[in-house]
Amino acid sequence: MLDDFFSRAIIAGIGVALIAGPFGCFIVWKRLAYFGDTLSHAALLGVALAFLFEVNITLAVFGVSACISIALLMLKRHASLSSDALLGLLAHSTLALGLVVLAFMTWIRMDLMGFLFGDILAVSKTDIAIIWLGGAVILAILFAIWRPLFASTVSHELAEAEDMNPERANFIFMLLMAAVIAIAMKIVGVLLITAMLIIPSVTARRFSTSPEQMAAIAAGIGAVSVAGGLLGSLEWDTPAGPSIVLAATIMFILSFTAAPLLRMRSKMKSNK
Amino acid sequence: MKKKPEPLISLHNCGIYRSNRWLVRGISFALNAGEIVTLIGPNGSGKSTTAKIVLSILKPDEGSVNRLNKLKVAYVPQKLAIDWTLPLTVNRFMRLTGKTSAAERHKALTATGVAHLENAEIRTLSGGEFQRTLLARAIARKPDLLVLDEPVQGVDHLGEIALYDLIKQIRDDFGCGILLISHDLHVVMAASDRVICLNGHICCSGAPKAVASSAEYKELFGARAASTLALYEHSHDHTHLPDGRIHLHDVTIAEQLSTNESQPENNLSVANTAPEQTDPKELPHAR
Repeated sequence: MLDDFFSRAIIAGIGVALIAGPFGCFIVWKRLAYFGDTLSHAALLGVALAFLFEVNITLAVFGVSACISIALLMLKRHASLSSDALLGLLAHSTLALGLVVLAFMTWIRMDLMGFLFGDILAVSKTDIAIIWLGGAVILAILFAIWRPLFASTVSHELAEAEDMNPERANFIFMLLMAAVIAIAMKIVGVLLITAMLIIPSVTARRFSTSPEQMAAIAAGIGAVSVAGGLLGSLEWDTPAGPSIVLAATIMFILSFTAAPLLRMRSKMKSNK
Repeated sequence: MKKKPEPLISLHNCGIYRSNRWLVRGISFALNAGEIVTLIGPNGSGKSTTAKIVLSILKPDEGSVNRLNKLKVAYVPQKLAIDWTLPLTVNRFMRLTGKTSAAERHKALTATGVAHLENAEIRTLSGGEFQRTLLARAIARKPDLLVLDEPVQGVDHLGEIALYDLIKQIRDDFGCGILLISHDLHVVMAASDRVICLNGHICCSGAPKAVASSAEYKELFGARAASTLALYEHSHDHTHLPDGRIHLHDVTIAEQLSTNESQPENNLSVANTAPEQTDPKELPHAR
């Protein structure tokens, strides 16, 4: 089954969607959308450095994103710039630096579009192994820090006062985010990762009554978007990454009509 | 009540320095188990800052803090900003920082009079209901030290008195130390053992009545504030809970009272009566 490029794409894509679900929820709850964007823009610098030093791309992207996370934490504590100005600065200067470094390396012929918008149809068996094994480790760590991380999402001071050590949980979360971006980049590309994180989560919100449920539903919606987007791209010969994001968007729009209907039905049931 | 010889927490000459000025300085006090201490002062006088030193959210830039080993703290913050995207029910919120059994959660919510809201979403609560939920979460934690930052925000006057009575009840039941923050001495008077009057430093401290009649307090809040205090000193033998039941101070909650007997009082005190078991046809959204 893994010999078929299309099944490989679906398996890899669904793996990424399952990881992106819970992370996307935290991004939305903590209002970190721009942070996710910044990390993924910086990923391109990781790609450039990987070519320059001939190291593994996923590792290089993780390294650069992790450095950016830490830099952000430090700058936030000391600098007087507002955090979205800071994010904008880091996002685009790292993206620009990445593009410039790539342009200097004239001996490398690479498909820039693949990194910007993803190259899901070219995933290898190794990529699948990285996504599923790496994803399992990432989700296991997220699960371990879930309680303090969630407590600090609701109220940082409350978590701190009641000895939850939210600072540590947030730091680990940022490193995990860097890992998620390194893994997801291959599937949807650096420019669309944030969409993959956010859209399924906000769609899931309408159907959820608890944070844990929302994370699970977001993962499910993400998986359906991947399948739908890939089938669509096969059918109409459209680029795979953007098609997946569009499929997620369509599900988001549908949720506007579906959620009230569901609520009406459950109300009718409870009144019977 | 058992008394521990050592205070739960003591501050020694603590100060916090931010952006070229001292927010608070020279703060020294101790808090014992079973004691209710109220921090009072005008806006910007450093009440919350002092509370944050106690909660070890802020590290003092000068002075030192002694905390009892393994002190279990519960915090009722002034407000929480909960995003629309976050689905959070009262019940889930109760488990935010520690595991508690469903029975414990229910008991705490009953004590603060919001048990009927157990499955409601936090965002939909009114100000008063939310404060009671915050308080219930703190109680369920069974803390040694309870810190409450303006716990009566958004609560109407009757509810305010009820909440302070409840806070006193919590102290009596659990024997925990309580640090209360208020900008209004009136209603906290009856519930406090000691009042610390802040204005960047400790202006005066002592028994509530002594503070209220002190020259420093009058200077800080004006003579009128001090003279209206008598109004609030009467005692209550019962309070009305937001769900329509009555909270007697010798018993915990009087559910056995028939609704007919207590109806006139109910109508007076609460508008949003939401009993737990209502006939479905009485619900407005039944259809």
